[in-house]
Amino acid sequence: MSDLTRLTAHQQAELLATGEVSSVELTRAHLDRIAAVDGAVHAFLHVDEHGAIEAARAADDRLSKGEPASPLDGVPIAVKDVIVTRGLPSTAGSRILEGWVPPYDATVTERLRAGGLPILGKTNMDEFAMGSSTEHSAYGPTHNPWDLDRIPGGSGGGSAAAVAAFEAPLAIGTDTGGSIRQPGAVTGTVGVKPTYGAVSRYGLIALANSLDQAGPVTRTVLDAALLHELIGGHDPRDSTSLTDPVPALVEAVRAGAAGDLSGLRVGVVKELGGEGFQPGVEARFAESVELLRDAGAEVVEVSCPHFEHALAAYYLILPSEASSNLARFDAMRYGLRVTPEGDPSAEDVMRATRDAGFGDEVKRRIILGTYALSSGYYDAYYGQAQKIRTLVQRDFDAAFAEVDVLVSPTSPTTAFPLGDKLSDPISMYRQDIATIPANLAGVPGISVPSGVADEDGLPVGLQVLAPQRADDRLYRVGAAVEALLEERWGGPMLAQAPELEVAR
Amino acid sequence: MPQITRDEVRHLADLARIDLDDAELDRLAPQLEGILDAIASISAVAAEDVPATSHPVPLSNVYREDVVAASLAPEEALSGAPQVEQQRFEVPRILGDEQ
Repeated sequence: MSDLTRLTAHQQAELLATGEVSSVELTRAHLDRIAAVDGAVHAFLHVDEHGAIEAARAADDRLSKGEPASPLDGVPIAVKDVIVTRGLPSTAGSRILEGWVPPYDATVTERLRAGGLPILGKTNMDEFAMGSSTEHSAYGPTHNPWDLDRIPGGSGGGSAAAVAAFEAPLAIGTDTGGSIRQPGAVTGTVGVKPTYGAVSRYGLIALANSLDQAGPVTRTVLDAALLHELIGGHDPRDSTSLTDPVPALVEAVRAGAAGDLSGLRVGVVKELGGEGFQPGVEARFAESVELLRDAGAEVVEVSCPHFEHALAAYYLILPSEASSNLARFDAMRYGLRVTPEGDPSAEDVMRATRDAGFGDEVKRRIILGTYALSSGYYDAYYGQAQKIRTLVQRDFDAAFAEVDVLVSPTSPTTAFPLGDKLSDPISMYRQDIATIPANLAGVPGISVPSGVADEDGLPVGLQVLAPQRADDRLYRVGAAVEALLEERWGGPMLAQAPELEVAR
Repeated sequence: MPQITRDEVRHLADLARIDLDDAELDRLAPQLEGILDAIASISAVAAEDVPATSHPVPLSNVYREDVVAASLAPEEALSGAPQVEQQRFEVPRILGDEQ
């Protein structure tokens, strides 16, 4: 059998269905690939060989009886370490949760297990999902499979790199300000942030509750749709979970893949381009827009004037929510406890533990949030940021009255060298300039590969945004762009990535 | 131009229950000032009459039926605790020196 790990999740599921390959073989192939390349990539914080093989055996049992638990039964998956997994360590990339083994499953995890997907392991991330490069992980950065000296994006760099390096066909990510989409863009993979509330947040270690959303990280748009349909849908344990049925996403992919976008109205967001956007990113974006036009879409420019304030509003709202969320790490019930000398009080223990357990970026954001919520500053900062959130939503409403979807580059630059932005938080934050508005407004977004930049040969992503609850539009447009570009390239985007050296 | 002094950072860290040593204060205080500079631009953007949004999807109260469901066993709930005593979380003394 040729290399199974190069197949898409959908192709892998087909081989499982016909019995040509067993889930144990498939899962073993991915575990072997992890052993061969993850020393260099460092996409995983924890690999669960035993659990994955056990789950694969159970899948083979169901498949042999012709009773698959889901269309992806037996296809292995990697899970971002911010999603809790019963019996498997879940650190969220933080020292404060080092070695913590959750006693329960997140709803996403539960649905993956119920669907029969063997969980290969937990993927690396910026601590508590705070970052755009995975360099803020307490356990060391993940390396971009396209160039190991560069960042894989963040916070979900581990999930994106795992998929890009063929260590897993599928992964789960979470997106608070772009943490699924930006890593997708800089690793040449597909990432979807569903409508807020479309995927349960129960068991997702919260960064900012009003912004967080879990979603698929894959190599193809069809694989993303298959995974989204599996994990989406109402969950009574998350009171913000949408009660609507999951839209027909796989069907939307099939419709889009024919490459005909006649009748679709596309808006190019004027404010998401120009200054700060790398020339190679803008060139690939312009080509994608041409491609949409050639496919029959009507393309117009739209203005979203308040997007220029979205970044600032986000960096007040997020730290404010995070500073209250992370108060739960108090060294009393779970996680790290550092006990200072002498006869310390509980508060002394808390202070020492939080100093030792949190990294710099987490401390910066907790302090910033504490500041923004202080009396005297609340109205000027947090209050204003919430008003800007309203204005950003109104910009989206106005735009979607004119067009069906909006497009922009996903990230203003390609993958930058590791260490480049570590001492300059603001330039790191600017990575999220194009992805943040969607989180503020709760609308869904996808990033699909749109080629490599001329100046550095590194991947560029196209972002497509749709109105709340219209996630199916992302899949239709994403599938069309993917099909048309692959036809032009003569194969998938990742075929252009250099081969990783294999450890023996 | 917003100001955030080293002393203020120390005070905020105290409110957030994080011990910061001098080296950390030296590093974090100027960074926080820089971040604040970059985001302070918004303080005059929205007019008085713009309503605040705290949540992206409008929701009214969400209720469920009051029925018994499975929950964690005590051993599971305590499984991650730094210290356990008689099926309870054991914590350091809760009164500080000043109380």
